[in-house]
Amino acid sequence: MPQIPLDDYLVLSAAMFVIGLIGFLVRRNPLTMLMAIELMWNAGNLVLAAFARNFSDMSGQVFVFVVITVAAAEAAIALAIVVMVFRRRPDVDVDDISVLRG
Amino acid sequence: MTALFAACAAVLVLSAIGVVVSRHPVHSVVGLIVNFAALAVLFLTLSAEFLAMIQIIIYAGAILVLFLFVIALLTVGSDPIERTANKLPEQAGQAVIAGLVALGFIAWGIQTDWTAAAARPAPDLGTVGTFGVQLLTTHVFAFEATGFVLLVAIIGVVMMAGRRETGARS
Repeated sequence: MPQIPLDDYLVLSAAMFVIGLIGFLVRRNPLTMLMAIELMWNAGNLVLAAFARNFSDMSGQVFVFVVITVAAAEAAIALAIVVMVFRRRPDVDVDDISVLRG
Repeated sequence: MTALFAACAAVLVLSAIGVVVSRHPVHSVVGLIVNFAALAVLFLTLSAEFLAMIQIIIYAGAILVLFLFVIALLTVGSDPIERTANKLPEQAGQAVIAGLVALGFIAWGIQTDWTAAAARPAPDLGTVGTFGVQLLTTHVFAFEATGFVLLVAIIGVVMMAGRRETGARS
Protein backbone atom coordinates (compact mmCIF):
# COMPACT_ATOMS: atom_id res chain seq x y z
CA MET A 1 0.00 0.00 0.00
CA PRO A 2 1.72 3.19 -1.14
CA GLN A 3 1.83 5.77 1.59
CA ILE A 4 0.65 9.29 0.95
CA PRO A 5 3.43 11.66 1.99
CA LEU A 6 3.02 13.60 5.23
CA ASP A 7 3.42 16.92 3.43
CA ASP A 8 0.17 16.40 1.51
CA TYR A 9 -1.73 16.09 4.76
CA LEU A 10 0.01 19.16 6.18
CA VAL A 11 -0.81 21.29 3.13
CA LEU A 12 -4.42 20.11 3.14
CA SER A 13 -4.74 20.84 6.84
CA ALA A 14 -3.20 24.29 6.42
CA ALA A 15 -5.73 25.10 3.69
CA MET A 16 -8.62 23.93 5.87
CA PHE A 17 -7.35 25.87 8.89
CA VAL A 18 -7.00 29.09 6.92
CA ILE A 19 -10.49 28.70 5.41
CA GLY A 20 -11.85 28.32 8.93
CA LEU A 21 -9.84 31.29 10.19
CA ILE A 22 -11.02 33.60 7.40
CA GLY A 23 -14.58 32.38 7.89
CA PHE A 24 -14.39 33.11 11.61
CA LEU A 25 -13.09 36.61 10.99
CA VAL A 26 -15.45 37.50 8.13
CA ARG A 27 -18.80 36.04 9.19
CA ARG A 28 -20.88 37.77 11.86
CA ASN A 29 -23.43 35.03 12.51
CA PRO A 30 -22.37 33.29 15.74
CA LEU A 31 -23.53 29.88 14.52
CA THR A 32 -21.45 30.10 11.35
CA MET A 33 -18.53 31.40 13.39
CA LEU A 34 -18.77 28.36 15.67
CA MET A 35 -18.77 26.09 12.63
CA ALA A 36 -15.65 27.86 11.35
CA ILE A 37 -14.08 27.09 14.73
CA GLU A 38 -15.00 23.43 14.25
CA LEU A 39 -13.19 23.54 10.90
CA MET A 40 -10.06 24.81 12.64
CA TRP A 41 -10.28 22.09 15.34
CA ASN A 42 -10.49 19.47 12.62
CA ALA A 43 -7.57 20.86 10.65
CA GLY A 44 -5.51 20.49 13.82
CA ASN A 45 -6.82 16.95 14.32
CA LEU A 46 -5.75 16.02 10.80
CA VAL A 47 -2.18 17.18 11.50
CA LEU A 48 -2.07 15.22 14.76
CA ALA A 49 -3.29 12.02 13.10
CA ALA A 50 -0.87 12.49 10.18
CA PHE A 51 2.10 12.83 12.53
CA ALA A 52 0.88 9.85 14.55
CA ARG A 53 1.01 7.75 11.37
CA ASN A 54 4.37 9.25 10.36
CA PHE A 55 6.08 8.40 13.64
CA SER A 56 3.97 5.28 14.26
CA ASP A 57 3.13 6.68 17.69
CA MET A 58 -0.31 6.47 19.25
CA SER A 59 0.11 9.67 21.30
CA GLY A 60 -1.06 11.85 18.43
CA GLN A 61 -4.24 9.84 17.99
CA VAL A 62 -4.97 9.88 21.72
CA PHE A 63 -4.58 13.65 21.63
CA VAL A 64 -7.06 13.85 18.75
CA PHE A 65 -9.50 11.99 21.01
CA VAL A 66 -8.95 14.55 23.77
CA VAL A 67 -9.37 17.42 21.30
CA ILE A 68 -12.67 16.01 20.02
CA THR A 69 -13.95 15.76 23.60
CA VAL A 70 -12.95 19.33 24.39
CA ALA A 71 -14.53 20.48 21.11
CA ALA A 72 -17.78 18.81 22.16
CA ALA A 73 -17.69 20.61 25.51
CA GLU A 74 -16.91 23.89 23.78
CA ALA A 75 -19.76 23.47 21.31
CA ALA A 76 -22.22 22.67 24.11
CA ILE A 77 -21.29 25.72 26.19
CA ALA A 78 -21.03 28.09 23.23
CA LEU A 79 -24.40 27.04 21.85
CA ALA A 80 -25.97 27.43 25.29
CA ILE A 81 -24.60 30.98 25.40
CA VAL A 82 -25.89 31.65 21.88
CA VAL A 83 -29.37 30.44 22.81
CA MET A 84 -29.37 32.57 25.98
CA VAL A 85 -28.23 35.68 24.11
CA PHE A 86 -30.84 35.31 21.40
CA ARG A 87 -33.63 34.75 23.87
CA ARG A 88 -33.06 38.38 24.80
CA ARG A 89 -32.07 39.90 21.43
CA PRO A 90 -33.59 38.48 18.27
CA ASP A 91 -31.07 39.77 15.75
CA VAL A 92 -28.02 37.70 14.99
CA ASP A 93 -24.90 39.79 14.63
CA VAL A 94 -22.01 39.42 17.03
CA ASP A 95 -20.93 43.01 16.49
CA ASP A 96 -24.06 44.07 18.38
CA ILE A 97 -23.14 41.95 21.40
CA SER A 98 -20.19 43.93 22.66
CA VAL A 99 -21.08 44.09 26.35
CA LEU A 100 -21.39 41.18 28.75
CA ARG A 101 -24.47 42.44 30.59
CA GLY A 102 -27.77 41.63 28.92
CA MET B 1 -5.05 5.23 -2.69
CA THR B 2 -3.69 8.48 -4.09
CA ALA B 3 -6.86 9.04 -6.10
CA LEU B 4 -8.87 8.48 -2.92
CA PHE B 5 -6.74 11.03 -1.10
CA ALA B 6 -7.13 13.56 -3.92
CA ALA B 7 -10.89 13.10 -4.01
CA CYS B 8 -11.18 13.45 -0.23
CA ALA B 9 -8.94 16.51 -0.22
CA ALA B 10 -11.06 18.18 -2.89
CA VAL B 11 -14.27 17.40 -1.02
CA LEU B 12 -12.71 18.61 2.23
CA VAL B 13 -11.62 21.98 0.86
CA LEU B 14 -14.77 22.60 -1.18
CA SER B 15 -17.10 21.73 1.69
CA ALA B 16 -15.04 23.92 4.04
CA ILE B 17 -15.48 26.83 1.64
CA GLY B 18 -19.19 25.97 1.48
CA VAL B 19 -19.45 26.12 5.28
CA VAL B 20 -17.90 29.56 5.33
CA VAL B 21 -19.76 31.17 2.42
CA SER B 22 -23.25 29.69 2.95
CA ARG B 23 -25.89 32.31 3.57
CA HIS B 24 -28.02 30.15 5.85
CA PRO B 25 -26.64 28.24 8.88
CA VAL B 26 -28.44 25.03 7.89
CA HIS B 27 -26.49 24.95 4.63
CA SER B 28 -23.32 25.44 6.65
CA VAL B 29 -24.22 22.44 8.80
CA VAL B 30 -24.75 20.30 5.69
CA GLY B 31 -21.35 21.40 4.38
CA LEU B 32 -19.83 20.55 7.75
CA ILE B 33 -21.34 17.04 7.62
CA VAL B 34 -19.76 16.45 4.18
CA ASN B 35 -16.51 17.87 5.52
CA PHE B 36 -16.49 15.52 8.49
CA ALA B 37 -17.29 12.50 6.32
CA ALA B 38 -14.34 13.29 4.05
CA LEU B 39 -12.18 13.79 7.13
CA ALA B 40 -13.24 10.39 8.47
CA VAL B 41 -12.09 8.79 5.21
CA LEU B 42 -8.79 10.65 5.54
CA PHE B 43 -8.43 9.27 9.08
CA LEU B 44 -8.89 5.80 7.57
CA THR B 45 -6.07 6.46 5.09
CA LEU B 46 -3.97 7.38 8.12
CA SER B 47 -4.84 3.99 9.66
CA ALA B 48 -6.75 5.71 12.46
CA GLU B 49 -9.83 3.54 12.44
CA PHE B 50 -11.07 4.49 15.89
CA LEU B 51 -10.74 8.18 15.12
CA ALA B 52 -12.72 7.74 11.90
CA MET B 53 -15.49 6.10 13.90
CA ILE B 54 -15.69 8.77 16.59
CA GLN B 55 -15.43 11.48 13.94
CA ILE B 56 -18.69 10.19 12.50
CA ILE B 57 -20.38 9.26 15.78
CA ILE B 58 -19.41 12.23 17.96
CA TYR B 59 -18.92 15.03 15.45
CA ALA B 60 -21.47 14.23 12.76
CA GLY B 61 -23.79 12.47 15.18
CA ALA B 62 -23.70 14.58 18.32
CA ILE B 63 -22.18 18.01 17.78
CA LEU B 64 -23.86 18.72 14.45
CA VAL B 65 -27.23 17.55 15.80
CA LEU B 66 -26.68 20.05 18.62
CA PHE B 67 -26.08 22.75 16.00
CA LEU B 68 -29.25 21.74 14.16
CA PHE B 69 -31.26 21.85 17.39
CA VAL B 70 -30.03 25.35 18.16
CA ILE B 71 -30.80 26.54 14.62
CA ALA B 72 -34.28 25.04 14.90
CA LEU B 73 -34.72 26.73 18.27
CA LEU B 74 -33.62 30.12 16.97
CA THR B 75 -35.69 29.97 13.78
CA VAL B 76 -38.95 29.92 15.78
CA GLY B 77 -39.11 33.69 16.09
CA SER B 78 -36.84 34.96 13.37
CA ASP B 79 -34.65 33.77 10.55
CA PRO B 80 -31.05 33.46 11.81
CA ILE B 81 -29.58 35.07 8.72
CA GLU B 82 -27.09 37.73 9.64
CA ARG B 83 -28.09 41.27 8.78
CA THR B 84 -24.88 41.90 6.89
CA ALA B 85 -25.08 38.69 4.86
CA ASN B 86 -25.53 40.51 1.58
CA LYS B 87 -22.50 42.72 2.01
CA LEU B 88 -19.15 41.82 3.46
CA PRO B 89 -18.30 43.55 6.72
CA GLU B 90 -15.62 46.16 6.50
CA GLN B 91 -13.16 43.87 8.27
CA ALA B 92 -13.31 41.33 5.41
CA GLY B 93 -10.21 42.69 3.68
CA GLN B 94 -8.18 42.60 6.86
CA ALA B 95 -9.52 39.13 7.64
CA VAL B 96 -8.37 37.75 4.30
CA ILE B 97 -4.97 39.38 4.79
CA ALA B 98 -4.73 37.87 8.27
CA GLY B 99 -5.64 34.46 6.84
CA LEU B 100 -2.98 34.71 4.14
CA VAL B 101 -0.38 35.77 6.73
CA ALA B 102 -1.35 32.74 8.83
CA LEU B 103 -1.03 30.54 5.74
CA GLY B 104 2.44 31.96 5.13
CA PHE B 105 3.45 31.20 8.72
CA ILE B 106 2.12 27.65 8.45
CA ALA B 107 3.89 27.10 5.11
CA TRP B 108 7.09 28.39 6.67
CA GLY B 109 6.60 26.12 9.64
CA ILE B 110 5.99 22.89 7.72
CA GLN B 111 9.05 23.17 5.51
CA THR B 112 10.95 20.68 7.66
CA ASP B 113 11.70 17.41 5.89
CA TRP B 114 10.03 14.76 8.02
CA THR B 115 10.77 11.77 5.78
CA ALA B 116 13.99 11.00 7.64
CA ALA B 117 12.10 10.63 10.90
CA ALA B 118 9.34 8.52 9.38
CA ALA B 119 8.80 5.14 10.98
CA ARG B 120 7.13 2.11 9.49
CA PRO B 121 3.59 2.16 10.79
CA ALA B 122 2.77 -0.67 13.11
CA PRO B 123 0.10 -2.98 11.66
CA ASP B 124 -2.24 -2.44 14.59
CA LEU B 125 -1.81 1.34 14.75
CA GLY B 126 -5.08 3.07 15.50
CA THR B 127 -7.29 0.05 16.07
CA VAL B 128 -9.78 0.18 18.91
CA GLY B 129 -7.74 -2.30 20.97
CA THR B 130 -4.47 -0.38 20.70
CA PHE B 131 -6.28 2.85 21.32
CA GLY B 132 -7.98 1.58 24.47
CA VAL B 133 -4.76 0.19 25.91
CA GLN B 134 -2.94 3.47 25.25
CA LEU B 135 -5.79 5.51 26.68
CA LEU B 136 -5.86 3.58 29.96
CA THR B 137 -2.12 3.09 30.47
CA THR B 138 0.20 5.72 29.00
CA HIS B 139 -2.33 8.51 28.61
CA VAL B 140 -4.56 7.80 31.58
CA PHE B 141 -4.02 11.28 33.02
CA ALA B 142 -5.23 12.91 29.79
CA PHE B 143 -8.22 10.57 29.92
CA GLU B 144 -9.09 11.63 33.46
CA ALA B 145 -8.54 15.31 32.68
CA THR B 146 -10.88 14.99 29.72
CA GLY B 147 -13.54 13.57 32.00
CA PHE B 148 -13.07 16.54 34.33
CA VAL B 149 -13.44 18.97 31.42
CA LEU B 150 -16.71 17.30 30.46
CA LEU B 151 -17.92 17.52 34.07
CA VAL B 152 -17.15 21.26 34.15
CA ALA B 153 -18.95 21.72 30.83
CA ILE B 154 -22.03 19.90 32.12
CA ILE B 155 -22.08 22.00 35.30
CA GLY B 156 -21.67 25.18 33.28
CA VAL B 157 -24.53 24.38 30.90
CA VAL B 158 -26.81 23.37 33.79
CA MET B 159 -26.00 26.59 35.63
CA MET B 160 -26.77 28.68 32.54
CA ALA B 161 -30.05 26.86 32.00
CA GLY B 162 -30.99 27.28 35.65
CA ARG B 163 -30.18 30.99 35.69
CA ARG B 164 -32.74 31.57 32.97
CA GLU B 165 -35.44 30.11 35.24
CA THR B 166 -34.61 32.40 38.16
CA GLY B 167 -34.28 35.37 35.83
CA ALA B 168 -37.78 34.78 34.52
CA ARG B 169 -39.15 34.59 38.05
CA SER B 170 -37.63 37.81 39.37
